[in-house]
Amino acid sequence: MPSTITPIRTEPKPRRHVEDHDNGSGRRPPTDKRTGGGGDNDNWGDRPRGNHGPRERLVRYRMGIFFALASDMMFFVAIVSSFFVNQSTGHFDAYNNYINEWSATTIPPILWLNTLVLILSSITMEIARRRMFHEVDAMDEWLGLGKPITRRAIPWVAVTAVLGTIFLVGQWIAWEQLALQHVFFLSNPSSHFFYLITGVHGIHLVFGVFGLIATLIGLYVSRSLESRQIMVDCASWYWHSMGLFWIFLFVLLVFFQ
Amino acid sequence: MTPRPDKLSEPVATMPSLRRRIFTTDHRIIGIEYLILALTSVTIGAILSLLMRIHLVWPDRVLPFYGPILPEDYLAMVTIHGTIMLFFVLTTAPQAGFGNLILPAQIGARRMAFPVANAVSFWLTAVALVILLSSTFVPGGSAISGWTAYPPFSAVAGAGPGQGLGMDLWLASIAVFAIASTIGAINILVTIIKFRCEGMTWGRMPLTVWGWFTAALLSVIAFSVLLAALLLLFCDRHAGTGFFVPAGDLVSGVIHSGGHPGNGSPLLWLHLFWFFGHPEVYISILPGLGLTSMLLANFSRRRVFAYRTMIVTTLLIGFLGILLWGHHMFVAGLNPFAASAFAVSTMAIAIPASAKVLSWLATVWRSRPSYTTAMLFSIGFISLFITGGLSGPVLAQPILDEYLHNTFFVVAHFHLIMAMAAVFGLFAATYYWFPLMTGRMMSESLGRLHFWGTLVGAYATFLPMHITGLMGEPRHYAQLSGVANAAGQLLAGTLPLNRFITWSAIVLSTVQLVFFVNLFHSLRKGRSAPPNPWRATTLEWHPALHPNAPAEALEEATVVYRQPCEYRPTPGGELFLPQWSADTNPDIKPE
Repeated sequence: MPSTITPIRTEPKPRRHVEDHDNGSGRRPPTDKRTGGGGDNDNWGDRPRGNHGPRERLVRYRMGIFFALASDMMFFVAIVSSFFVNQSTGHFDAYNNYINEWSATTIPPILWLNTLVLILSSITMEIARRRMFHEVDAMDEWLGLGKPITRRAIPWVAVTAVLGTIFLVGQWIAWEQLALQHVFFLSNPSSHFFYLITGVHGIHLVFGVFGLIATLIGLYVSRSLESRQIMVDCASWYWHSMGLFWIFLFVLLVFFQ
Repeated sequence: MTPRPDKLSEPVATMPSLRRRIFTTDHRIIGIEYLILALTSVTIGAILSLLMRIHLVWPDRVLPFYGPILPEDYLAMVTIHGTIMLFFVLTTAPQAGFGNLILPAQIGARRMAFPVANAVSFWLTAVALVILLSSTFVPGGSAISGWTAYPPFSAVAGAGPGQGLGMDLWLASIAVFAIASTIGAINILVTIIKFRCEGMTWGRMPLTVWGWFTAALLSVIAFSVLLAALLLLFCDRHAGTGFFVPAGDLVSGVIHSGGHPGNGSPLLWLHLFWFFGHPEVYISILPGLGLTSMLLANFSRRRVFAYRTMIVTTLLIGFLGILLWGHHMFVAGLNPFAASAFAVSTMAIAIPASAKVLSWLATVWRSRPSYTTAMLFSIGFISLFITGGLSGPVLAQPILDEYLHNTFFVVAHFHLIMAMAAVFGLFAATYYWFPLMTGRMMSESLGRLHFWGTLVGAYATFLPMHITGLMGEPRHYAQLSGVANAAGQLLAGTLPLNRFITWSAIVLSTVQLVFFVNLFHSLRKGRSAPPNPWRATTLEWHPALHPNAPAEALEEATVVYRQPCEYRPTPGGELFLPQWSADTNPDIKPE
């Protein structure tokens, strides 16, 4: 009997087990980290389409935000390339003298403090993110014992938003200090870039702070633990990236002008 | 399949309101909306190109309801034609249109990863198109600096009519489009990575999906660089900076140097723009490359020759595509050493491209293809890809490009390889997937007429441009007659051939009416399509996904067992094993 020698299905479906019958609807605890998907036959077959396990949505959104941040990184890379090109370009004046107008913009010392604040905010955000995935609390929520995860994460998200605002205020003070020294956006090619880089990064942080406020509201409003985890997770990856971008840009402004 | 009893008792779903249907998050409808947007855009773009061609050879003709076409009108047409075709046709239709329509089904997914973002992406694209078209009606008209918007022309409002508000609207439109495309690309990437069904390993993904994947990767990298460049240009125009404006730049009798004289460099814009612009070209052609491989294999009933190599070449074309932007700048003042490097990386692209052509030839070699319209357009794609590609290595030589760059030779090159080849890919896709979209077949006889007319028209239009280019016809000239001295004689010498090109373009456009007739006729009265009319093996033809299939069939899990395109002649006819077929391979049966 050939069919017994060669099974009809070369890749047989896994056998159904009641305890594996997990459709992400909360029948298994949310600490289950299997995601399914990716074409790798990972615990897939028993589920209805479009709902592949508790962490599937989280991983999907995280991947989306990573691609968006990669794209954003290219945006900053383009501006930084322009920085170097402008820095090394000059022209010949009427007397055939080679003139490079670039003169480095003095970095207001408050930027060091701002950088420290931003690093600190990244730490508080990471604490919030980890609180969202605290397994004991997740089990409590799953058992219906309130929203302990949210209760523990909210203060840290709020602290991050406050620190982010402090950073933005600090950047504003830095601009004011430069303006007092009569260094404006139009003063010099280097000041173009100083204001442009801090400004564009600042706009990103404004979006970030709004995102954090939206996250705080979401933490109050949303009933689904998964949605809350996604909000905090994505917000924190965005926040960390903005911190990293800032350190990169700050190093550029301090040491490469 | 028998419907479940509880489903039978459910009330029939009411028709969703029009608003719901238009602002939907359903990827298939969004895909069709993208295609409608692209069809509208391509119609506008084609009419503009006809106007340009007619003006070029009969400059005295007056446009009805408008008046004589001035040189700045001609340049505005060049700009809008290029922008619309590049962005709103060749980027949206293959990548976003067919990507949304077909991609999820081809990987066995029910939807895109981020449906709301998908809808946002489409509506931003639509807004971008409206902004672009609205620039025609502002004082001064649309921008006249071409789709590449080279500064200082684009950086100074006084540089010409249309460089004021028209240019600002152009910038706004492209910025919105860049954001929309990035969102769309992220959606495609995450869908492909996370939503593949069971058994759909990377190696079993159809080559079309690989095309979309690579193009989406390029979009994520490239569009944000364009956005940064647009921001800098915006600052140059409105904040008084001089990123792209050189010192002592004399524009319309006024010296412009930005806010601070000195360090601006138009070359910087070229670097930033072409870092985006060249990948953009591959974004428009990669889905077509993948589709051609699949269609050739399908209609010649063969496996794709060297499947893995085809995957690698797709990725390699994408990778090399981001390393060779400098070949657009050979005559712009690029360092000659950099030019050599870019020449090498440009010619390197011939390796994966030739590998693709070889695979196509090997796939159809000694097969007996069925020459359906979709197959014909795929063959046409290859023909145009080779013809347009052959002038690539010529232009990749800095020394030759120096002579040819600003002539119609380049126009011929990129219209054949990018515009025409990509459009042939789109036609192939339309004829091939029409049954899937509508449940009806398109007319084959009209399709053949359309194909032969388009092929002959395309060659008759764009091949002679090589010759006029070699004769010295420059790009962006609104008029070739009436110029004094020897240069005028040279330009006038190209006129007979240019008249032929214009007539060919008119024929080429007229033939497209056959396509529209076929499209709208088949939409209402076409022969109704069997579930898998082309006997294709990829998942989008899974019976459960047919438009007329019962809704319950969708709930069945899709499982993939093999690579696409498994065909085998057997004594009793021909066997084909779709990707979802669980049958064993008859070749390895123990008997």
